[in-house]
Amino acid sequence: MSKELIRLQDLCMAYDDEQVLDHLNLYINDQEFLTLLGPSGCGKTTTLRIIGGFVTPTSGDVFFDGVRINDVPPYQRKINTVFQKYALFPHLNVFENVAFGLRLKKVPEKELRQRVMEMLEVVSLKGFENRKPDALSGGQQQRVAIARALVNRPKVLLLDEPLGALDLKLRKDMQIELKKIQQQVGITFIYVTHDQEEALTMSDTIVVMDGGHIQQIGTPEDIYNEPKNAFVADFIGESNIIDGVMPRDKVVKMYGREFACLDGGFAENEPVDVVIRPEDIDIVPVEQGQLVGTVTSVTFKGMQYDIIVDFRGFKWLIQTTDHSPVGARIGVKIDPDGFHIMKKSQYSGMFGDYSSYSEEYDELSDAEALDAEEDTDAQRREDGYAE
Amino acid sequence: MKKNGVVSRLLLAVMFLFLYAPIFVLIIFSFNDSKSTAVWNGFTLNWYVELFQNRAVMSALRTTLLVSVLATAIATVAGTAAAIGFYSMRRRSRTACLAVNNIPLTNADVITGVSMMLLFVFVGQGLSAFSNWLNGLQWVEDANLWFDFSFSLGFGTLLIAHITFDIPYVILSVLPKLRQLDPNLAEAAQDLGATRFVAFWKVVLPELMPGIVNGMLIAFTMSIDDFVISYFTAGSQVSTLSMVVYSMVRRQISPEIKALSTLMFVAVLILLVIINLRQARQESAAARRRHAAARQP
Repeated sequence: MSKELIRLQDLCMAYDDEQVLDHLNLYINDQEFLTLLGPSGCGKTTTLRIIGGFVTPTSGDVFFDGVRINDVPPYQRKINTVFQKYALFPHLNVFENVAFGLRLKKVPEKELRQRVMEMLEVVSLKGFENRKPDALSGGQQQRVAIARALVNRPKVLLLDEPLGALDLKLRKDMQIELKKIQQQVGITFIYVTHDQEEALTMSDTIVVMDGGHIQQIGTPEDIYNEPKNAFVADFIGESNIIDGVMPRDKVVKMYGREFACLDGGFAENEPVDVVIRPEDIDIVPVEQGQLVGTVTSVTFKGMQYDIIVDFRGFKWLIQTTDHSPVGARIGVKIDPDGFHIMKKSQYSGMFGDYSSYSEEYDELSDAEALDAEEDTDAQRREDGYAE
Repeated sequence: MKKNGVVSRLLLAVMFLFLYAPIFVLIIFSFNDSKSTAVWNGFTLNWYVELFQNRAVMSALRTTLLVSVLATAIATVAGTAAAIGFYSMRRRSRTACLAVNNIPLTNADVITGVSMMLLFVFVGQGLSAFSNWLNGLQWVEDANLWFDFSFSLGFGTLLIAHITFDIPYVILSVLPKLRQLDPNLAEAAQDLGATRFVAFWKVVLPELMPGIVNGMLIAFTMSIDDFVISYFTAGSQVSTLSMVVYSMVRRQISPEIKALSTLMFVAVLILLVIINLRQARQESAAARRRHAAARQP
């Protein structure tokens, strides 16, 4: 693919005694759409702020195009940022907001005017030049922030949860628009989010982070289909994660039964985590089922039903278009490619059981993630507000 | 309810009467063609003419304006800087600093005035002794030098005192603006190529400006009509307008005083109206914009 543009080498970051990044290594290619994905406090925003130059890592190096830039201040980096709450300059109108960077670089007035208008066209905000930011809707402010950054023709655009404040419909539109803009201008986008769907939709590469460590790097397909551990499997999409053992290659044993699968390369009888995606499970009549369980809850989701099925005390989530009433005995069948086998990790046993599953629970945790989405650093500044 | 409304309106009227009656009497009788404060003898502007021909008053006016303008300017810069410093502190030290900042505001003026006077006298005498000691040294004599650091109460001490009591007002009106400030703004400016200083100058300062201007106006108002602190710190050679008023009243209540007081009252009133209008306009402008934004798709 394209050449390497940014390299993070052995990055550590600690606030007081709290280790936010723990020996992080990552390289980012030119013209790549890379997403840092993880729950709040996983260090993703800190990583972004280190690349932007707003915080200095405790140890480790940042290379840009082969040059160490640890000590280069933000205003000298060929990197621009779209901030979480846009951070538009309230006293300047849309035109002057976008022109801010060019004016500092003393770009001639004629060229400046042309470049600003071009950029406003890219983000479809022509005709809004004279508006003040607080007379714009959230989506429009968002697009001004993107134009303000891109007009400087940076090599890299950093985006810190830029869609977090928008409503669902607008967020989906903006996801597609952002991807379009990235392809149009052909530069590297580094995107921070806790929303797995956003990451899957837009990214070329996803970096899943937790606890200051990178859990997995890969394309959206890799991450979804071949999660490395229970954390990734659970964080990206829905997963049933079951304890199993591998008696031999291409065979996995769970619930005392052997199933055919496609994975191999494990030691004989090695304990493993078995991931089964809810959409890979077929419901069949009891007599044809590889396993038999009882339906304990059914939720209509529009496209499909989410049903929770109890298999000997361990509850699975199954997504199906066929309705099965609560209390029904059903059989399930899983094709060999429906299994994904993972080595045991520190996350084993923490995820993948739907015993406590309920719709409210799901929504609640989403809202919490949104609210709590602040890294330690941001939290500190937040303290300044409360008085 | 209706009856209640009448009663409360009556109470309000009585309250305003008590508050403003003295000032109205003062204003009306400043136009009275007689020295009396009881009998109306016809309209005249003579007292105002006499006032402007009174040398003591005019010199006091100059002093007052000069000290107020200088003190306001210095206090605005110092207060803004202090507010920014407070804001970037950790929470505990900031709370402590704010408490210290608020003490002069709640402290009685007399105590502030007397304590400042004592401090000035103490430092003045100390410096005078220090100069004498320096002048007694052999090498100073050999170099044919003569030191005199001593100072006494006068315009300088008056100015220092005014700056001191103005600063807390500036801090108090700048801090809320700092709290409203998006912490990412300065970073966004730096991100777009501004140095720290340029980011502050072009982005942070314009955001703080309404607060700074309000603080400036309040400080100016406080300086213009201060009497007690000025009285203790100005010494015997310099007087401000309010000190002139006080010394004139001690002899007799001359109609000139009424004219002077009327002018001072009007000046301060205008300043206060400006401050309030500014604040109201800022609020309604913000509300209007929010409303406009809410209607956007």
